[in-house]
Amino acid sequence: MGRRNFLRSSAAFAGLGALAASLSPLRELGDYSSVDEFMQKYYKEMTPDDMAKVITRIENDVQRQYGIRPHVRDLKPMDGAEFVYCLNLTRCIGCRKCVHACVNENNQSRNPEIQYIRVLKLPHGSMDIDKADHEYNPESVPEKGFFYMPVQCQQCHNPPCVKVCPVHATWQEKDGITVIDYDWCIGCRYCEAACPYWARRFNFTKPEIPKERLNPNMSYLGNRPRKQGVMEKCHFCIQRTRVGRYPACLEVCPVGARKFGNILDPDSEVSYILREKRIFIQLKEEMGTNPRFFYYFEK
Amino acid sequence: MMRATRDYLTFLWRCGRIAFVGDWRYYAWMGGLTVFCLLGLHAYCIQFVHGLIVTGMSDEVSWGVYIANFTFLVGVAAAAVMMVIPVYIYDNEELHDLVIFGELLAVAAIIMCLAFVTVDLGRPDRFWHLIPGIGQLNFPRSMLSWDVIVLNGYLLLNVHICGYLLYSRYQNRKPSKWFYIPFVFVAIVWAVSIHTVTAFLYVGLGGRPFWNSSIVGPRFLASAFSAGPSIIILALQIIRRVTHYHITDKALLTLRSIVQVSMIINVFLLFNEVFKEFYSGLHVASSTYLFLGLDGHHALVPWIWTAVVFNLVSMFLLILPLTRSLKWLDLACVLCIVGIWIEKGMGLVIPGFIPTPLGALIEYTPSLNETLVCLGIWAFGLLCYTIFLRMSVPILQGRLSKANEHLPEPDAAADPATAPVPH
Ligand code: SF4
Ligand code: SF4
Repeated sequence: MGRRNFLRSSAAFAGLGALAASLSPLRELGDYSSVDEFMQKYYKEMTPDDMAKVITRIENDVQRQYGIRPHVRDLKPMDGAEFVYCLNLTRCIGCRKCVHACVNENNQSRNPEIQYIRVLKLPHGSMDIDKADHEYNPESVPEKGFFYMPVQCQQCHNPPCVKVCPVHATWQEKDGITVIDYDWCIGCRYCEAACPYWARRFNFTKPEIPKERLNPNMSYLGNRPRKQGVMEKCHFCIQRTRVGRYPACLEVCPVGARKFGNILDPDSEVSYILREKRIFIQLKEEMGTNPRFFYYFEK
Repeated sequence: MMRATRDYLTFLWRCGRIAFVGDWRYYAWMGGLTVFCLLGLHAYCIQFVHGLIVTGMSDEVSWGVYIANFTFLVGVAAAAVMMVIPVYIYDNEELHDLVIFGELLAVAAIIMCLAFVTVDLGRPDRFWHLIPGIGQLNFPRSMLSWDVIVLNGYLLLNVHICGYLLYSRYQNRKPSKWFYIPFVFVAIVWAVSIHTVTAFLYVGLGGRPFWNSSIVGPRFLASAFSAGPSIIILALQIIRRVTHYHITDKALLTLRSIVQVSMIINVFLLFNEVFKEFYSGLHVASSTYLFLGLDGHHALVPWIWTAVVFNLVSMFLLILPLTRSLKWLDLACVLCIVGIWIEKGMGLVIPGFIPTPLGALIEYTPSLNETLVCLGIWAFGLLCYTIFLRMSVPILQGRLSKANEHLPEPDAAADPATAPVPH
């Protein structure tokens, strides 16, 4: 072997060694994805059979990971229902009970912490969001001279997040809820940039939920545990509201500031509020997003 | 048919081979770049396993230096084709052969762009969801889907044009006009489109007033046509020095006039935007944060003022006859490239997220891991460009051609790459 050849093969070996070393972090990959998950079809293209298989896969995955057999369903929108949320700003005291009820109900990651509802503390008399305090933490609420405004996904009629998604991973359902197929999202975060209400949350790493806190009542488009690298957000507690229950944030609110219901039903509470209240507002109305989330004022 | 395929494969094989031979400087350069590529790959593997948490990004600032570099490089890719205009529309002979170097730069830049978008994805394993037919490309509603199409289309166009011209030269045949001139014209229009579409990616977001301004598109083009040719001016001088490929000063000065005009327009548009933001006093939170700092947060202030100063100095240098001397021209080019990189990257992408739509002020600094990934991609891009040049320069010089197919291949030591070639 000539000197040149020797040099060449040593260079090649060193190169391969360096390449292997660079790739070494991949050894910790663990349960990143399975073949079934990789090949899984788009939600709207799945047959009921496909869906049944996917649900079994998810139930198995959850059981393996958390030791609990969950009950996962693929709940479809109800006929004749379009959901609307009304929030009474006069009553809200900024206690953040809704924030935590939501986290418990919807299996959000506790580490890092993901929350769908952000409560803003605003100075008396101002609706200028730039003045909002996100991190208020006093001994007791409410504080004098301030009011509180919880913000979550506004379930827009014209959702910018849906428009920008390059792969149709997020869309608006018949009952007005904008959902995300967590198994289809590629994690580009374009929707997060597009949402004018900062409602979307990204799983920057593998979500962590303590076993004993897992809510086993799950739905595919709702609160089943998410994977690293995908988007999520408030879905009006699809696993509850599509079977006629109230969202978790409403049930926990100690002052009854939250009202939820079917706007297509003239006798519902929300229909009454939107018909009878002299003032109610949509956040950033000028955006043209036309939210299904209304803020109103009443003693 | 058989013969043509065999010839073509020989061509590819010989090109591939030559990429691995050179003098010690070539090996040192390529070796250095490879080290950075591997460091970047290592950092990316860490990110792949642990998620984007290893970057400095957050729900508040959800895009960072990856998308910033992407935006800058789309401009470089678009501008590389601007050399084509004087050649094919005004028959400027000086630049004729140099067009290939410009287009190869475009190819390398697009490769880097695609790499930057890929590393930004949370689920890169699901990229196939973007492929029309088997995936669910949201075309034409999502601007990102437009970007996927125009970038890949642009890559193919330029690969075709360069590949065809080089192969013809290799075979010592005159390229048939029908096989490339139409593509050249399509590529010119396409170049404008890739940058416009990338601008629309930002402009289209109503919830982000900092981006939602119609001047962003024109500003993108102006800055691209300054930074792109500047890079080419520098690259051509390096090529000239290390390969003795004949490049006239006149060609460089032609490019200078392109940079000159674009830079003036660029600075003018920047001024327009700053005026509108601050004089009207509407939606100024992001601009205030960028230029002056807001509520004690001012991470970007030193950056943007560096960019402004670099842009201005570069513009004045370019206007002065001084920059007819290459030393000064190089300085102006470097200032222009760095200035625009900051302005398009840190200056455009990041402040769009600060404050958030709900008024929170969260700052962003790239993490070490994120920076290594960026360096890795830049090194990879430079590696690609070097290889492209290593293949194309001997072909253009006639040293690598079908005629000498049967002669023994030049070996590293005897390789005349660095020896003067008579012309
Ligand atoms: S509030 Fe944001 S996430 Fe919710 S539908 Fe509107 S744009 Fe989408
Ligand atoms: S992050 Fe997911 S849902 Fe959002 S735009 Fe990207 S692919 Fe669509």
